[in-house]
Amino acid sequence: MSMLTITIDGQAVEMPAGSTILAAAKKVGIDIPTLCQLDMEKQFNQQSAACRICVVEIEKRRNLAPACATSIMDGMVIKTDSQRVIEARKTVLHLMLSDHPLDCLTCEKAGACKLQDLCYQYGIEVSDYPGLRNDYPLDASNEFYTRDLNKCVACRRCVQVCTNFQSTKAIAFGDRGFTTHPVAPFDKGMSDSTCVSCGNCVSVCPVGALLSKSKEKFRSWEVSKVKTTCSYCGVGCQMNLLAKENKVVGVEPMDGASNSSLLCVKGKYGFNFINHPDRLKTPLIRKNGELVEATWDEAYGLIADKVKATKAEYGNDALAGLTSARVTNEENYLFQKLVRAGFGTNNVDHCARL
Amino acid sequence: MVDKNQLRIATRNTGFIDPESVESYIAVGGYQALGKCLAEMKPADVIDLMKNSGLRGRGGAGFPTGVKWGFAAKYASDTKYVVCNADEGDPGAFMDRAVLEGDPHNVLEAMAIGGYAIGGNKGTIYIRAEYPLAIARLKLAIQQAKDMGLLGDNIMGTDFSFDIELKYGAGAFVCGEETALIASMEGNRGEPYTKPPFPAEAGYWDKPTIVNNVETLANIPAIIMKGADWFSGIGTETSKGTKVFCICGKINNVGLIEVPMGTSLKTVIYDVGGGIPDGKEFKAVQTGGPSGGALTYKDLDAPIDYENLVARQSMMGSGGMIVMDEDDCMVAVAKFFLDFTMDETCGKCTPCRIGSKRIYEILDKITIGQGTEADLEKLRSLSHNIKDTALCGLGQTMPNPVLSTMRVFEDEYRAHVIDKKCPAGVCADLLEFTVVEEKCVGCTLCARVCPVNCISGKPKEVHVIDQAACIKCGACLDKCKFDAIIKQ
Amino acid sequence: MTNSIDELMDSGAIFITGSNTTEGHPVIGAKIRRAKAKGTKIIVAEPRKIELAADADVFLQITPGTNIALYNGMMSYIISEGLQAAEYIKERTENYDELVATLADFTPEKAAEICGVSAEDIKSAARMYAQAPKAAIVYAMGVTQHTTGTEGVMTLSNLALLCGNIGIESGGINPLRGQNNVQGACDMGGLPGTYPAYQSVANPEIKAKFEKAWGVELSDKVGLTLTEIVHKAGHGDIKVLYIMGENPMVSDPDLHHVEEALKNTEFLIVQDIFLTETAQLADVVLPAASFAEKDGTFSNTERRVQRVRKAIKPVGNCKPDWQILMDLLNKLGIEKRYASAEEVFNEITTVTPSYGGISYERLEELGSLQWPCPTPDHAGTKFLHSGKVARGLGLFKPAVYKPSAELPDADYPYIMTTGRVLYHYHTRTMTGKVDGLNKLSPASFVEINPALAEKLGVTDGEMVAVSTRRGQIEVAAKVTAKLKENVIFMPFHFAVGAANVLTNTALDPIAKIPEYKVCAASVKKI
Repeated sequence: MSMLTITIDGQAVEMPAGSTILAAAKKVGIDIPTLCQLDMEKQFNQQSAACRICVVEIEKRRNLAPACATSIMDGMVIKTDSQRVIEARKTVLHLMLSDHPLDCLTCEKAGACKLQDLCYQYGIEVSDYPGLRNDYPLDASNEFYTRDLNKCVACRRCVQVCTNFQSTKAIAFGDRGFTTHPVAPFDKGMSDSTCVSCGNCVSVCPVGALLSKSKEKFRSWEVSKVKTTCSYCGVGCQMNLLAKENKVVGVEPMDGASNSSLLCVKGKYGFNFINHPDRLKTPLIRKNGELVEATWDEAYGLIADKVKATKAEYGNDALAGLTSARVTNEENYLFQKLVRAGFGTNNVDHCARL
Repeated sequence: MVDKNQLRIATRNTGFIDPESVESYIAVGGYQALGKCLAEMKPADVIDLMKNSGLRGRGGAGFPTGVKWGFAAKYASDTKYVVCNADEGDPGAFMDRAVLEGDPHNVLEAMAIGGYAIGGNKGTIYIRAEYPLAIARLKLAIQQAKDMGLLGDNIMGTDFSFDIELKYGAGAFVCGEETALIASMEGNRGEPYTKPPFPAEAGYWDKPTIVNNVETLANIPAIIMKGADWFSGIGTETSKGTKVFCICGKINNVGLIEVPMGTSLKTVIYDVGGGIPDGKEFKAVQTGGPSGGALTYKDLDAPIDYENLVARQSMMGSGGMIVMDEDDCMVAVAKFFLDFTMDETCGKCTPCRIGSKRIYEILDKITIGQGTEADLEKLRSLSHNIKDTALCGLGQTMPNPVLSTMRVFEDEYRAHVIDKKCPAGVCADLLEFTVVEEKCVGCTLCARVCPVNCISGKPKEVHVIDQAACIKCGACLDKCKFDAIIKQ
Repeated sequence: MTNSIDELMDSGAIFITGSNTTEGHPVIGAKIRRAKAKGTKIIVAEPRKIELAADADVFLQITPGTNIALYNGMMSYIISEGLQAAEYIKERTENYDELVATLADFTPEKAAEICGVSAEDIKSAARMYAQAPKAAIVYAMGVTQHTTGTEGVMTLSNLALLCGNIGIESGGINPLRGQNNVQGACDMGGLPGTYPAYQSVANPEIKAKFEKAWGVELSDKVGLTLTEIVHKAGHGDIKVLYIMGENPMVSDPDLHHVEEALKNTEFLIVQDIFLTETAQLADVVLPAASFAEKDGTFSNTERRVQRVRKAIKPVGNCKPDWQILMDLLNKLGIEKRYASAEEVFNEITTVTPSYGGISYERLEELGSLQWPCPTPDHAGTKFLHSGKVARGLGLFKPAVYKPSAELPDADYPYIMTTGRVLYHYHTRTMTGKVDGLNKLSPASFVEINPALAEKLGVTDGEMVAVSTRRGQIEVAAKVTAKLKENVIFMPFHFAVGAANVLTNTALDPIAKIPEYKVCAASVKKI
């Protein structure tokens, strides 16, 4: 691939043809703010380039250009921090903020909101262009998330992810002009759409327009995030578990080789079993026909005695074990080791076939 | 009516031939240009001829047609498309409609020539569904051409094949923008996307595509037959040939005209257009449709071509010309156009979606007397930033009516915000109807006609208008026989 | 999977058979649909008009249990049209002649009659698959859960070899594993005949290697499979049964039989995160930590080893399974202690050649590694059989179509098949605890065709009795045109209205997989 040289804020950068200005800037550590840009869209020409926050100045071009969707050309001279660029970005933010509620104090998204961050960065407290605001009813018809279009900045990430990546196409843009907004068919509630509740739109929403319904209240800064592998099907999606006070309170998709930042409804929302009150919390031993609580030592002792006695009386092959397609490799390894080395038999299988 | 100032190339057959008869078109030399291309010219020759003719896109942007064709010819592909943009959306403009209804074969022939030149064999006319007669005539013309072997497989016995189908637009203004038009043709929401890639590289179904406006195409058979030199001999240095305009508004001869590029605005308005009715003073003319700008008496001598109009903060656009006289308020005019673009923006990018609304709101505030000097500054800065950041041509030109009127008529804006007056007497909230004591004879006519009974006075005595109750309907002014009521 | 998930995006054609991908493996389903949007041809062969059928260029609504006939019909047509990869067959395969002989008079027309689809559709599917420069086969339990499951897989493998699709990027035959770590459970030796990395228990050298590694004497006798264990337990021959993280009381065929077997087991140990239907029968229940409470690794369907990380402390008094297993090993005299899951993994890599080059450190750095990854400098393996197949030459193992073990008759006139729904997972141990999922999919149901519904006088949502030779259950009817008139469908997730009360225990003779996908059933209005 041919390499092109461009200049960004006075620094020369060499990048392969087809790279975006955004990628080139990133390479030399120049931060260009983005909002609608979707990381999962690796091909620049599929970026919607709708929000216009990433505009930069290119020498000899009449208008500012979106860095996320503009491919570099050899010899391009780019400015990312000129007065003209800063003014343009501020105008975009003023406009966005003019159609956005200022309820950051109670908004669940506070702390993780792109609009909040950008307004902070550019020092925008209230909009210079106040005017009529859109007024939509809250749509809470989906089991797992709410949709508050009053907070929507029409960045299109939800529609892009639903259309191009999740491929469900449950939502698209409706209306024209100022009331342009994401809609389910016939502008009805999400529960009347073909939505499969994968929550991928919620995961990419930069503001508080799409929010997961949660049993626990938490602020974004209160949770710890741990990257792990989903425990449902065999795809092996990568995800972050969000935990607060030893409770898993949410899941967010991560960019794994097999899932490319997508999750399904089970991975995204099927986590409440973890802290469910019905979880087994202590060993149980059957006494007089009833399962009663016991200590680990009692349980271990009973098992060891029983295994030894059975081996002695009936032979090793009277023992068997079923391991699990649900637990880790390490645990499967130890289980077959237990059956083979501890019980002395190869009677070990699992439900791979079921 | 043809006068000496007009020259008809694109509309050469309109009104002269029977649009429902292919024979009638052939009788005036129709399909000879296509025959000439197929028999005597290589595709590259056709493109060179187009380049040399200097023909530029008549849809508004003015991109050289031959160059566009050259790009599309360069990309190898199993399929290439020729798209005719017949989504005429400017308010009060009907150039394309006249050509399609009056001379449909002209457009079909030009599309086939385009297909031959770029190496494509599929043509699509994207036409707004609100043009039923044009659609019917195009359908008939396509069938006739196919029946005669002028379209379809192996045209005129050669191995060149070209087919044309129709796609209907639903009247969205933004679908005149070529990327939005392509999105709409593919069955998606009519919304522009960021270029590059340009349609010439990846357009309709990601294949190389040329999108040409109806009027552009209508010139092409004539250029092929008469040659590049003939065409480039007409017009100005940078703008060749003629341009069709739709003149409307405060003008005596309302209608469609075709004049050579470089004709002065004065000639168009006073000679071709016959001047302003009722002896009123010419004030401005809006060119370039709702996203163009206002030209004034200062611009009357300017020759009309692409560059001159842009230099005057307007643009060629597709050819709408709305003439305004002394009775038109420029703030209200700007507001009118913003009202249109505000509704027609596709809503994709932030500056256009929200910015158009906010410009409109500020203009509205000014016209009802609530504007401040700070608002003028906001208008200017917002307009500049929208032009600088919007995604497509619609958004980038949407503030033009504001900027161009503010440039020439700043006084008028200031009168609205500082004096709270509308000098043209249009903005109702800023008007005051008052009785001139010296002239009032106390005939009581005004009091009787007032719908809200806010005029009081005894017969034969001077009447008084209660300003607080007046709704500024103007009925009293119209009724008074003594010019005793004035509006200011 | 011989190949990787993302390679599907560049396949010329994807043949999906026996997989309801958008519900069973939603993220892969999404990627298949994305491939479609990018121009990939989609062929779907399924008894139900699944979601992907709408995306298919050719959709073959085959009668359950006739998939081998379909594949053979496709191959016969490919050979008759000369569309096979002749050079590839010559250089990289063997036993081609037997395939040709087996298919000799098996025309697409014959296949069409058996499968209940049109011969033209079979031909166009065959052309589409054979003519694509790179074509992938994607399948799941719809192929394997038959008495001819193994032959079904081999027949798909024949099809892939025939068109030169094994050992190339974006091709291959790609089973989608239903559970997060089925791949890992197999890789780690959770099978009666093999140690980790599929090393045979009967091989003396391998046995010696593990005896040395573990410091104990081991058996060289191949053990019992799950279904055999249940069968023997039913006769009281299994005295101690240790079940970890499984719920055979819902997942296994012929549940009455399973219940009897577990009750007949003298000492049943169950280790799980909930008191499952199976745990309720146990003599000892051990509380395990969930995946959120422990460290480890899972191996996904494309052989990709990825980390599981502890996000919260184990709830209550429960312990990660690996700690419980280590404690029990110690009690039984195998003294090794592991301070962390990583230490267990390090032991794994010493005895498991395909995992030899994987370490937690590398996983941290790279995110994941696909086995085989024999050495620390090996980049992992994106697709298998590159250059040549693992055994040297790709072996054609032709099979002829055999009907399912149980076919409809006068008493049980319909074919019942089973599968998954999007909102639940396996036996609902986890998803059954999530309110939103239960609201979207609250209870078991049986799908029946509108014509059949009318015949039975049943409307949507009405309760019906579904019975087979093994039992009867009552569930709500879901009337849908997804199915042919003589086919009914049930999800297997639910303990109440459990499909597996009805399913057939007949096994595939090689893989011992029960025939969940076909049995004869009757439906009556209650």
